[in-house]
Amino acid sequence: MAVRLKNSLPTNSLFVLWLALLLCLLSAGCSKKSEQESGDSSGKTIIQDLGSDTMVNLAQAWAEEYATVNPSVSIEVSGGGSGTGIAALISGTVDIANCSRRMHPDEIRRAKETGAEPVEFIVGFDALAVYVHKNNPMDAITIGQLAEIYGEGGRINRWSQLGNRNPACASDEIIRISRQSNSGTYEYFREALLGDTGDFKLGSRDLHGSKDVVELVGRTPCAIGYSGMGYVTEKVKMLKVAKKDGDRAVEPSIESTLDRTYPIARPLYMYCFGKPDGEVKKYLLWIYSGAGQKIVESTGYVPLPDPQRAAAVKALEGR
Amino acid sequence: MIDRHRLEVLTEPAVEWIIRLCGISAIIFVFGIFFFVFREGSGILFRGFDLVEFFTSSQWVPTSIGNKRYGIFALIAGTASVTLLAMAIAVPFGLGTAVFVSEFCTPKLKEAFKIVIELLAAIPSVVWGFIGLTIMNELIIRLFNAPIGLTVLNGGIILALMSIPIIVSIAEDSLKAVPDSYREAAEALGASRWQMVYRVLLPAAKNGLLAAVLLGIARAIGETMAVLMATGHAVRIPRSVLDPVRTLTATIAAELGEAPVHSDHYQVLFLIGVVLFSITFLVNLTADLIVKGIRQK
Repeated sequence: MAVRLKNSLPTNSLFVLWLALLLCLLSAGCSKKSEQESGDSSGKTIIQDLGSDTMVNLAQAWAEEYATVNPSVSIEVSGGGSGTGIAALISGTVDIANCSRRMHPDEIRRAKETGAEPVEFIVGFDALAVYVHKNNPMDAITIGQLAEIYGEGGRINRWSQLGNRNPACASDEIIRISRQSNSGTYEYFREALLGDTGDFKLGSRDLHGSKDVVELVGRTPCAIGYSGMGYVTEKVKMLKVAKKDGDRAVEPSIESTLDRTYPIARPLYMYCFGKPDGEVKKYLLWIYSGAGQKIVESTGYVPLPDPQRAAAVKALEGR
Repeated sequence: MIDRHRLEVLTEPAVEWIIRLCGISAIIFVFGIFFFVFREGSGILFRGFDLVEFFTSSQWVPTSIGNKRYGIFALIAGTASVTLLAMAIAVPFGLGTAVFVSEFCTPKLKEAFKIVIELLAAIPSVVWGFIGLTIMNELIIRLFNAPIGLTVLNGGIILALMSIPIIVSIAEDSLKAVPDSYREAAEALGASRWQMVYRVLLPAAKNGLLAAVLLGIARAIGETMAVLMATGHAVRIPRSVLDPVRTLTATIAAELGEAPVHSDHYQVLFLIGVVLFSITFLVNLTADLIVKGIRQK
């Protein structure tokens, strides 16, 4: 019997099968799949939410809380970087892209080419803290000094050049810790320090997550790093930052972010492809509600001031 | 009986064809992959891309707004340094373990060893990377008084640990394949155990051992996640084992997700893929030539 069964498979069709498989593999890179707000078998609506690593804690906290508010909706959150989120939004695989920087003009152009206009929502603020090891005696730093440390052609490589002896660090070398280049934090920090066209010095340790940076600084007495202020631990210290020499150095906090005295703070964005409606719109409205904004504060970010929040809700409702 | 005979006449060529297709498919896949990778990356070559700069510059600044630079020399140096260090550790340890497991230990111990080594091979590379990022990092800081432990040394040790299981299992198999008559003959000549290993078994299993080492190298060159986490991912030409580096594979993994499809950055990353492909091809080719050279003697 077994022999007969094998025999009934003509070799020609097998060959065609191989060929089809090969073609599938070759064309897989070019095809774009699109799924929007798909429901799974249990009738739950799924919202895909992907992007910034800085915002992943916040987005996760929102998603968990929203699951108790509206159990019929499940929000799937993942990180990967702001650039990754935008790329996924343009290719239509996610409903919401988290982004810790503004969309670039060429990203907006590419989005428009594929059909719809991306719509921007500011959902909170983040103060980018400059971290050093807790045993580092340094207390404050200026933007100019940071540019000399991180920027291409910058001259500061040793802690002693900052007029600060770092006894915990025997080699005196400043170990620069940075982020991988698809991170919104990386781009924002570069822009804040070096302007639109500056580049970072090569040779920094480029880590893959906001939390990793703080972890590594906590283990490394010679290190300096940057990450959202929500990630602070007991092993690290946040430096006060001054805009320029002679200015007052300001500690990163909710107040100093909102009154704009802290120089490296930025808005956090969520982008949708076209005007959101249905469950995505409801979700965004909930994010702007008191409960949603409370989570912003409890995860270490800065909630929107009331007038701005009211304006955002109005814009969402108006559509 | 006649019916059965006729069936065999029909099935024989069918089975033969299936096997032939399986063989050919491997070739088709290899060329298909090479073609695909090259097609994605080749566009930039026709737009005046400077290949000399690509290979000799160590400036890798693909996301600059004003001045994008694509030089992979530092990345090649990174891959080479980590792989060399890993092999310097893994080859003696791996071959030593293989000789011990196959020749010197009791059958019971041998079983235990094999299970443990297989377990070592089953640890996912992200977990290795995590070990590098946390445990190894602190160990290196403490032992070498280094400012930070994410270095060539860290990546090299992690990669060595990852490729040792491959080297051990293949080398052990090839030692096992040496006929027992060789061992008996050596013992009959009065050779000590070590003399038997050194003079008889190692030369007899030469091809298999070489294959083991080369597969270990291929594993080390191709590994991505662990080196991404353990080496510090810094674009820099290393001057000592305590410098950080960035490898070719880690660069592709970290940046391909963000690079817009068909942009310069995207195509350059695929060119790096072509470079990696060529490196492994060269490694395999040399291996083949060496093995052939040995056979002809």
